[in-house]
Amino acid sequence: MKVRPWVATLFLAPNLLGFLAFTLVPIVASLLLAFYSWDLFGSPRFVGLENFRDLVGFQWSAEGGLTAVNPRFWYYLFNTLFLILGLPVTMLGSLGLACLLHRRLYGRDLFRLIYFLPSIVSGVGIYLLWKWIFQPDYGLINALLWKVGIEGPRWLESTLWAKPALMLMGFWGSVGGMNVVLYLAALQNVNPELYEAAEIDGAGGWRQFWAVTWPMVSPTSFFILIMGIINGFQGGFEAAYVMTRGGPAGATTTLNYYIYETGFEFFYMGRASAASWLLFVMVMIFTWINWKVAGNKVHY
Amino acid sequence: MAREPYLCDIRSPRVRAWEIAKRTFLWLLLLVCGVSMLYPLLWMVGTSLKTVDPALLLQEGESSSIFSTGSHLLADLFPKVFHWENYRAVFEEVPFGRYFFNSLLVALSVTVGQLVTCSLAAYAFSRFEFPGRDRWFLCYLATLMVPTTVTLIPTFILLSRLGLIDTYFALIVPGMFSAYGTFMLRQFFMGIPRELEEAAAIDGCGPFTIYWRVILPLSGPALATLGIFSFLGNWQNLLGPLVKINRDELKTLPLGILNFVDLNSANWPLLMAASLISILPMVLIFLLGQRFFVSGVRLGGVKG
Repeated sequence: MKVRPWVATLFLAPNLLGFLAFTLVPIVASLLLAFYSWDLFGSPRFVGLENFRDLVGFQWSAEGGLTAVNPRFWYYLFNTLFLILGLPVTMLGSLGLACLLHRRLYGRDLFRLIYFLPSIVSGVGIYLLWKWIFQPDYGLINALLWKVGIEGPRWLESTLWAKPALMLMGFWGSVGGMNVVLYLAALQNVNPELYEAAEIDGAGGWRQFWAVTWPMVSPTSFFILIMGIINGFQGGFEAAYVMTRGGPAGATTTLNYYIYETGFEFFYMGRASAASWLLFVMVMIFTWINWKVAGNKVHY
Repeated sequence: MAREPYLCDIRSPRVRAWEIAKRTFLWLLLLVCGVSMLYPLLWMVGTSLKTVDPALLLQEGESSSIFSTGSHLLADLFPKVFHWENYRAVFEEVPFGRYFFNSLLVALSVTVGQLVTCSLAAYAFSRFEFPGRDRWFLCYLATLMVPTTVTLIPTFILLSRLGLIDTYFALIVPGMFSAYGTFMLRQFFMGIPRELEEAAAIDGCGPFTIYWRVILPLSGPALATLGIFSFLGNWQNLLGPLVKINRDELKTLPLGILNFVDLNSANWPLLMAASLISILPMVLIFLLGQRFFVSGVRLGGVKG
């Protein structure tokens, strides 16, 4: 539709102004800030690549050899990646659930609601609930374990079990949510003749799943994987802030929580900006790798 | 799976029996998993009605066989006596009503703002021809992958330079312009047939009338989806208010609950009561808008 320029401006202006002020300009400002050292009170000082060196740089010394300038940052990156490993498990759970919910079983709609509910309720209240569930002495999980004669680990207080605990919480919160809705939509689009053909060829239920269902829903899996990784890289702040404060000994500090800490508790604005840009670059690289590697295996 | 027969279609009794057994098993599996998904939430409700006061526990005859103290916290899902006063205590110890109001105000304002600005811009992107349109749209798309922390620091600096820290403005206005919302609505508008607008234009409608009388009424599911996600996202947002708000009377629920945690660190019944109040609006929105969750996500443009 051809319209006069001022009409288009009028439609676009409210959003565009906000987009410029609170998205585009801050993105550019953040990139500039990454090369400065600033505690918010004095004046910013240009430091070149120092912030980046302090995060991901390596140094060489005669006694220690080549060591990371900031080993903590690498540990936090490891934590972030470790927590993302829960994603494939969640996806398999979602797909299994979608296959079940796809059948004409009694009360199917009610089940869909029940499974969806945990993904809707989120935020501080739910993180508190899980902190309570993982409470080592009276919490739900250890109480259940105690009933079957197992003394449970100290979950969030243990460097070994804190991350698996968060992954379990993440599984609960996302296994029945959007993933299932997406998978159900995908299952509806699978041509029933494919199953008939597989059955005639003698494929059982298990074989049919891997030979027909799995490849046919692979575009959806791919989409969920990419979105999950993008979200996973940016995740972990709330859980860390509410449940563990990043502890014990940094075991649940993700990059996102580290950026918050650096910027808003220690006021290293420049270093926090640099870290957030590193995060951004990592998200882009992983998405690109995904696109190249997983994208080839997707069956359209 | 996709070609599942109806039971009444199956003639052979053996196949039929096998099919019934299989479905019963799968149904039970679904039920058991469903109960375990709900159990944490039930436990939350149960805990919120309990007490940790040892005198009251003794009086109510709660068992204390598992651990020496606080045993009834885990012994049963629900206590023998319901302590509804926990919910009153939440509102008495901290200005919980105020937090609730703040959260409601912020989440609703941001949602309405997003619906207005995003739908206007999305309509311009989907229908108008103007110089630089595609370039700007690409700009919007490019920012979708940028982590929120990237923009958070400069936004915080900007707001503090303008003296807007500790204001409703800081909580509401930066959230009112969503690149994602614009993208999503634009995709939806692209799917609306143009004939309707052409007919309206011939009848003498201007661009705004067409947007208001033709496009918006046809976009109910898309607007509802964006609205629901925007409301839910802002209702539970912790990071934004955490860095922008220090004054108690401007705190939203997530911050308010954390306040409450500081006061009652080990009183789980009270904490669960507060948490439960905070998630109730989400459950309500979910129940009201559940049909949009299913139809709405398809708008994201997933191939497959």
